[in-house]
Amino acid sequence: MTLPDPLARWFAAQGWSPHPHQLALLEARDADTLLIAPTGGGKTLAGFLPTLADLVAGPHPGMHTLYVSPLKALTHDIARNLARPVADLGLDLRIEDRTGDTRPAQRARQRVDPPQILLTTPESLALLLSYEEAPRIFAGLKRVIIDEIHALAESKRGDQLMLGVARLQTLAPGLVRTGLSATIEYPPALARFMGGARVLHADPGPAPDVAMLATTDPPPWAGGGGRYAARDVMAAIRAARLTLVFLNTRAQAELFFQALWAVNDDTLPIGLHHGSLSREARARAEAAMAAGELRAMVCTGSLDLGIDWGDVDLVIQVGAPRNIKRLVQRIGRANHRYDTPSRARIVPANRFEVIECTAALQAVRDGALDGSPRADAPLDVLCQHILLTACAGPFDPDALYAEVTRAGPYAALPRAAFDDCVDFCATGGYALRAYDRWQRLMQVGGHWRLRDPRAARLIRMNIGTITDPETLKVRRRGNRAPLGEIEEAFAASLTPGETFLIGGQTVRYDRLREMVGEVTPQPAREPKIAVFNGLKMASTLQLSDRVEALLADPGAWAALPPDIRDWLGLQRAISRLPEPGALLAETFARAGRWYLCVYGFAGLNAHQTLGLLLTRRMEDAGLGPLGFVCTDSALLVWSLDPVADPATLLAADTLRAGFDEWLAENAVMKRSFRAVAQVAGLLQRNLPGQRKSGKQATFSSDIVYDTLRRFDPDHLLMRVTRTEAQRGLVDFGRIEAMLRDRPRVLHARARHVTPLAAPLLLEAGRIPVRGQGHERLVEEEAARLMAEAGLAPPETLPPDENRVTKRA
Amino acid sequence: MSACPVRFAGHIFAARPSGALWWPAERALIVADLHLGKSERMARRGGALLPPFETRDTLSRLMAEARATDPARLLLLGDTFDDTAAAAALPPQDRALWDTLRRTWHCAEIAGNHDPTGAPELSLAGIALRHIAEAGQGPDISGHYHPKLRLAGVARRAFVVGQAHLILPAFGAYTGGLWADDPAIAALVPRGIAVLTGPRAVPVPIGAGRRAPLRGAGG
Repeated sequence: MTLPDPLARWFAAQGWSPHPHQLALLEARDADTLLIAPTGGGKTLAGFLPTLADLVAGPHPGMHTLYVSPLKALTHDIARNLARPVADLGLDLRIEDRTGDTRPAQRARQRVDPPQILLTTPESLALLLSYEEAPRIFAGLKRVIIDEIHALAESKRGDQLMLGVARLQTLAPGLVRTGLSATIEYPPALARFMGGARVLHADPGPAPDVAMLATTDPPPWAGGGGRYAARDVMAAIRAARLTLVFLNTRAQAELFFQALWAVNDDTLPIGLHHGSLSREARARAEAAMAAGELRAMVCTGSLDLGIDWGDVDLVIQVGAPRNIKRLVQRIGRANHRYDTPSRARIVPANRFEVIECTAALQAVRDGALDGSPRADAPLDVLCQHILLTACAGPFDPDALYAEVTRAGPYAALPRAAFDDCVDFCATGGYALRAYDRWQRLMQVGGHWRLRDPRAARLIRMNIGTITDPETLKVRRRGNRAPLGEIEEAFAASLTPGETFLIGGQTVRYDRLREMVGEVTPQPAREPKIAVFNGLKMASTLQLSDRVEALLADPGAWAALPPDIRDWLGLQRAISRLPEPGALLAETFARAGRWYLCVYGFAGLNAHQTLGLLLTRRMEDAGLGPLGFVCTDSALLVWSLDPVADPATLLAADTLRAGFDEWLAENAVMKRSFRAVAQVAGLLQRNLPGQRKSGKQATFSSDIVYDTLRRFDPDHLLMRVTRTEAQRGLVDFGRIEAMLRDRPRVLHARARHVTPLAAPLLLEAGRIPVRGQGHERLVEEEAARLMAEAGLAPPETLPPDENRVTKRA
Repeated sequence: MSACPVRFAGHIFAARPSGALWWPAERALIVADLHLGKSERMARRGGALLPPFETRDTLSRLMAEARATDPARLLLLGDTFDDTAAAAALPPQDRALWDTLRRTWHCAEIAGNHDPTGAPELSLAGIALRHIAEAGQGPDISGHYHPKLRLAGVARRAFVVGQAHLILPAFGAYTGGLWADDPAIAALVPRGIAVLTGPRAVPVPIGAGRRAPLRGAGG
C-alpha cells in the first residue's frame, strides 16, 4: 500500500515518509481497527489518513469524520495540526472543534450546518446526540476516530462514549470506527470495549533509558513531594532541552514548582500545569510550551495525554509511580521521535518510595505491564443515556436495547437490567409507586418520551460522568480572572487570614463572596497546603507484590541504596520488620491520637475493607476510631484510645460478624452513592440559577442514601452503589485468606512513629469514621469554645420538666 | 436524655437532639420546616424523582418525639408542606400518619412561605411564634432558615439562640440549609449560642468572638 498521489506528494514535501502502521491503517480503511502505538508514533495522523484520502478523492456534503478525545486541549491542537495539510492539499472543507469552551453561536451553527471534520469530547458528543437534530447532523457520517481510547476505557466516560458510538451506528449505518491507544497490557479487551475491532500493532520502538535520578541528599524519612531533590532536578533541567516534571498530586505539583523556583538561579522559564488551575492559566502554559518558550513544565496527570510536544527530551517522575503502565506511558512523553529511546528519571519522595521505585524500575525493564480490569456495563451511565436519548425524541425500547448491546461494555447486558433502568428513568423505580401521575418518561404508542419536554434542559445541564468533589473558584481581590479552584472541603477548613498555595503563589484567604473565594497574594508567608483530594491512585497488585518481595528478602536489598538499608535497620531497631507468614501490627501515640498500623501487603482494596472492619470492631469496643488511610502495603487507623491487643482485633471470626451491615453504612458506600446518583440523574450537580445565588438548593446525598437504605434497600441505585463500592473493596474471602496466610500477629509497641509508618501519616485519601469518636471530638470542641467565650456549661433542666411523662 | 437546656426570653427550653424544641412550662413541642411532600412537588415540576419516603420518615420521627414528650400542644412553625398541592397529594399511608398525629395532640399550624394557609403567627407567654423571625419584633421563635453548623469537621443542623430570636433547624428529611454564620442569620443573632443536633444536643458559642470559618459543603 502506498499513499494516494496528492497525499504522497504532501508527505514528500514535508520530508516525511509514512510509518508502516500508518499505511496499514489506510489499507484497512473499511474495517473497524484498534491501533496500538507508542507515544510519538504518529497515531493521530494515522487515524486521519483514511479521512484525508477520502476527501482528496472528492468533496463530502455534511459531516464526514468525528474525532473524540478525552481532552479539550487535544481537540484544539488537532484542529491546528490538521489545518495545514488540508490547506496545502487545497481541500474545500471545514475542521471545527466543539467542547464546553466553544462559543454558543458556533455551537448553534454546527447543529444547522455541521463541518466535514468535527473534533469533540465524549460529553459534548452526548450533548449533540440529545438534540432532535441529531439524526440529520450525523446522517452522512463515515468515520469516527477515538483517540487515547486506553485512557477513556478506564472510566465511565468511556462507557458513555461507547453508548454514543452505538447510537451513531444507528444514525449512520456503515460507520467505520478507529481506536487509537498507547501501549497497553491486553489489546483484545480494548478491542472488545470498542465493540469489536481488528488490532493493529505499531513497532514499539527502542527500549527507554530509565533510571533513578542521582540526588545529593538521601530522601527524607517521610513526606510526598520530593522537595529535597529540587536542586538535582534543576540541574537535570539545565542539561536538557525541555523537561516534563510529573508529580502525583496537584498539591505536590504546586509545592514542587515553588521549590524549583527557589533554586532557579538562572531563572530558566519553568511553567506549571494541573487540573485545578483556571482554564486561562492552563492555556497560557500550553501556549508557552508549544511556542518553545519553556525549559520545563511541572505537571500532573493533566499532561499524561495528548499534545505532541516534539521537543521534550527528558521526563522526570517525582514520587513513586503507582502504576507501571502509566509510568511507561509517561516515559513515552519524552522524545516523540519514534526512533530514539525515551529518557526518564525517577525521584522517590521518601525512603519507602525508594523501595517502590526500585520495584517499578525492575518491572519496566522486565517489560511487565499491569492493569486493573473494570466491571462492564455501569447502569448509572445507562440511565443517563436513556434520559438523554429521550431528550432527542421518543424511542422504542426494543430498538434501544438492541442498540445498547452493540456497545462493547454493554454487549452482555440482560434485558431485565435494561428494563430496570428504563423504569428508573420513567418512574423512579421505587417500591412505593408514588409518581404514577408524575412520571419523567411516559409510554405513548409503545414509545417512551419525556412527559414534560422542559425537563430536557435540566437533564442536559447535568450531562457527563465525571463527579469531582465540589470546588470553589478562587480569584484575586478586585480582579475578575480566576486563579483556579480549591475543593470545598479544603475551603471549609480555611479562616480569613490563612494562607495557601495556588498557581505557584502563596495567597491569603480574605473572604467568600458570591461563591468565589477572594484572596490577596502574600509571597513571604509559609502556606497552608491546598489539599486536592482527587482520585486516589491505587498501585496495581503486581507492583505491591514486587514491593513485598523486595522487603521480605534481605538478600535483595543490595538493589537498594545504603541509606535505605540504614532506614530499614532503624525500623528494625524501633519496631520490627514485616516477616513472611506474619502480620505486623504497630501501635504508637502521636499528637493526642493512638495509631495502629497493619502491614498486610494485600493491596489498597483489601486494606480498605480491612479498615472498615477493624474500625467497626474498635467502635464496638469504645475505642473511638476517627479514621483510617490505606496504601497497597499497609493500613493506618487512628483513634482516641489505644488498641491493647491487635491479635484479638484481627481474629477472622469477630471481623466477620456484622460484615454486611457495616458495609452498608460506611463512608465508602455513601461516597459511591453520591457519584452514582449524580450520574443516573437522581441528584443534580447543576440547577438553573444555583451558581449565581449561591443558595444551597440541594441537600446532602447522605440523606437520600439513608432514606433509600431504610425504605427501599433493593432499589436499582442501591444495587449499583454496592457494585461500585465493592470495586474499591474486596470480598471477605480475600481478607480471610490474608489472615490465613499470616497466622501470627506480631505486635510492636513503638515509642513513637515508626520509619515504615511515617509515610502513611501523610497519605491522601483518608476515610473518616463517623462514630462515637467524632461525637466525643464535637463535644470537646464545643466545651472548649464555650469556656473560651466565658459561657458556663449549660444549666440542667429541673428533672420533672425534662422527664418523659405520661398524662394521667 | 441528651437534650440541651436553653434560656431564652426568661423561659427555659430544651433543645432536643432531633431538632424539636420542648417548652416544659407550656408543655409545648415545637418543630419547623417539615417540608412534607417535597419529592412529590419536585416530580410534579418535571425534576428528579427522589425516593418518595421522606414524608413517612419525617412524620414517624415527629410521632416519636410527640410520644416521648406527650405535649399539650404541638406547634408547627410553617413550611409544614412543601406547597399546598403537596398537602393534597399525600399518599394514603402518610395521610393516616398525619391525621393520627393531629388527632392525638392538639396541633397548631403557622403559615410558611411554602404553605401560606395557616395562622400568620401565635403568641405564647409573651413570645411570638412565627415562620420567619422579624428583626426588632422579638422575642420570637421561628424556622425558615434551616440553620446548620460545622464543628470538628462534622456538619449538623443546629438551633440558633440569641437575645431576641430563637431559630429552629429544619425537621424535614429532605432539607438543605444555611450556615449559621450566613449574613441572613447573623443579622438576627449577631452573637449567641448554637445547639447542634445529632446523637446529643451540643451547645457552642456563635457570632462575635468566634472566627467565622469559610462556609463549605456538607450535610
